[in-house]
Amino acid sequence: MTDRARAYLAPACLAALAGGMAEARDNVQIAGSSTVLPYASIVAEAFGENFDFRTPVVESGGSSAGLKRFCDGVGAGTIDIANASRPIRAGEIAACAANGVSEIIEIRIGYDAIVFASRTGGAEFDDFSAGDWYLALAERLPLGGTMAPNPNARWSDVAPDLPDAAITAYIPGTKHGTREVFEEKVLLEGCAETGALDAMHAMGMDEDAAEAACIRLRTDGRSVDIDGDYTETLARLDSNPTGIGAFGLAFYENNTGTLDLATFDGVAPSAETVASGAYPVSRPLFIYVKKAHLGVIPGLRDFVEFFVSDAVAGPGGPLAEYGLVPDPELAATRRKVAAGQVMEPAQ
Amino acid sequence: MTDQAPQTEAQTAHRSLYAPDARTRRRNAAERRFRLYGLIAVAVGLGFLAVLLTTIVRNGLPAFTQTHVTLEVALPEAVVDPAGTRDPALMAKVYTFGYEPLLDSALAAAVAGQGIDTDMTPARLGRILSAGAPAQVRRAVLADPSLAGQSVTFRLLASSRVDGYLKGRVARADLAQDRNLDPQHLDIVDELRVAGIVRRGFNAGFITGADASESRPEQAGIGVAALGSVFMMLVVLALALPFGVAAAIYLEEFAPKNRLTDVIEVNISNLAAVPSIVFGILGLAAFIQVAHLPQSAPLVGGLVLTLMTLPRIIIPARAALTAVPPSIREAALGVGASKTQAVFHHVLPLAMPGILTGIIIGLAQALGETAPLLLIGMIGFVASTYPDGVASGFLDPNSAMPAQIYEWAKRADPAYYERAWGGIVVLLVFLLGMNLIAVILRRRFERRW
Repeated sequence: MTDRARAYLAPACLAALAGGMAEARDNVQIAGSSTVLPYASIVAEAFGENFDFRTPVVESGGSSAGLKRFCDGVGAGTIDIANASRPIRAGEIAACAANGVSEIIEIRIGYDAIVFASRTGGAEFDDFSAGDWYLALAERLPLGGTMAPNPNARWSDVAPDLPDAAITAYIPGTKHGTREVFEEKVLLEGCAETGALDAMHAMGMDEDAAEAACIRLRTDGRSVDIDGDYTETLARLDSNPTGIGAFGLAFYENNTGTLDLATFDGVAPSAETVASGAYPVSRPLFIYVKKAHLGVIPGLRDFVEFFVSDAVAGPGGPLAEYGLVPDPELAATRRKVAAGQVMEPAQ
Repeated sequence: MTDQAPQTEAQTAHRSLYAPDARTRRRNAAERRFRLYGLIAVAVGLGFLAVLLTTIVRNGLPAFTQTHVTLEVALPEAVVDPAGTRDPALMAKVYTFGYEPLLDSALAAAVAGQGIDTDMTPARLGRILSAGAPAQVRRAVLADPSLAGQSVTFRLLASSRVDGYLKGRVARADLAQDRNLDPQHLDIVDELRVAGIVRRGFNAGFITGADASESRPEQAGIGVAALGSVFMMLVVLALALPFGVAAAIYLEEFAPKNRLTDVIEVNISNLAAVPSIVFGILGLAAFIQVAHLPQSAPLVGGLVLTLMTLPRIIIPARAALTAVPPSIREAALGVGASKTQAVFHHVLPLAMPGILTGIIIGLAQALGETAPLLLIGMIGFVASTYPDGVASGFLDPNSAMPAQIYEWAKRADPAYYERAWGGIVVLLVFLLGMNLIAVILRRRFERRW
């Protein structure tokens, strides 16, 4: 072969090699919620150790981004599993179906709580109610018959038992699934609890407008959206000891030396109180599996079965040890996986 | 009156060469001031560097040591080989969960052997060990099935909190709310340390190891991600070197000077200033969504970094070619060489040290780049297994050193924070090595005219 022929052939070979490899894939690919990421990577690692398949790849990026990639289509170029810290929306199911992803298996892996904690040695928050959060963070409050700008500047303005510290709260940004839970289970609840919702109705606001007003947060810098991970929230608390942050229960349990927990309605978050429903600010965590990939991508079926096995996701398993609250209905989920039961198509 | 204003007769008449007049003193003072400003600027720069380096080294050094527990583990046949066949395929049916109680009771036996009284159950006591320890024992047994039925001594990883205690990161007060470890565990660790069972030593696993999940930071290493970086740099070198140098030579030596080449030149300079995240988006769109190359593959990462590095190689390469005096070209042309001969036989060899320096600096920049890798799937739990070979090294999912550091810095366990700093130390050593090569090349081959 002449040098010249070789020079032309080399890039062609590289292109052919890359093209040939693009279709075959021998590892499971997962993406989505950064809350589910630690759990999925713990399972992926244990799966790689115990089975002859390659260790699955777990990427983060947020629930919505993961589900969007999941719904891109069917084939080795798309991911097999989407992690989500909220249930899939009807619009996402429809988008999936439009791209040919019509059979989705929804698997609830367990529960996670959102806890409120401050820096050890900083302001001491003992107990919150949903109403405290609403009154502290809402942009406008119904005062004297009109929607007035939120006058509360210190926690002690909100409730006398809270510390006399300036309100600075670090809460998950809108791209996080956690934010949705915070809005639904804390702000909306607080809005109703304090009577603000009724007051808004009395002012003639319709249901949607009132709900939107309940979850609209103040923009004067007292409510800070954190778009990064909990490590960023922790760093913000380090520089502002009177601030309070929202964390996942598992994150708190790995940083008990630096964070002080506040109870919610008098209930301390723990695996027991979350499982029993006594601790209100919790949400289920999901993985969504593409049924068309089962049996095509090597190891996908084994991985999903391994994920929901009692040894992994049950009480005392590695996930529970890291901070996941085990799902009491895990056995039903296992049957669902074995039967390959898919979700109903969007209406 | 300004310095330049013409002087009167009276002033010049009184001037002495020995006693400086007011104006000279002012000028000298201005010079001294400027020198002082310069010194201050240099000192501030060095000060920042010193702070940065001491912070990195202070935070990163603990990652290079790790706590291990040396235990004699009984491997009863009934547990590790229930079929009794010594067939690794059948023995693999016993998962790591089956090995866990063996380690817990081995630790309990060691604690009892030291005469330490404790009311903790073996399972609770076992929290001292890493969650990765059962996997280590299982791997050893599967590699050598004859170990079944014997007692074997293993050097096992201790959990990250025990490791943090030995490094002074975790204190007893920090464990008050901890579910995994009690202060009582630390008392036992203290006694085991005296007995030499728990020991902190050099952490080779950090340099050669793979990424680990969030529940076992003690097992995480940067080796696989470093290999991913090496494969990406190979792609960058193989593509950016020929294309960059060819483009630079053509533009500098052959291209006609017209509006089109002006536009190209301006665009190359602009490309060099484009933020790297833009190349990541481009890579996602072009290589993954259109060309269907695999996600998270070092090949794709290398291609993206090539795009980013190309203008950064072309510009110094052109500068190196311009620095070769025209007399060299003219002399070559004068004795009858063709234009190509003049360039390749005379100009290029003289410009080579400058070009190589530019390439190495460009590679070093690409090595430290994280932003474009965010978008092509190299962040997450990716670098968990070594590639099987060269093709697998290019195509199978892997991470890169800066992406791995970013990922570790995000994780919940403070032990990962320490590893992120350790990763920075490793990355800096790589960068320092590359820059050193650039300096040596320049020193050895540079010519001045």
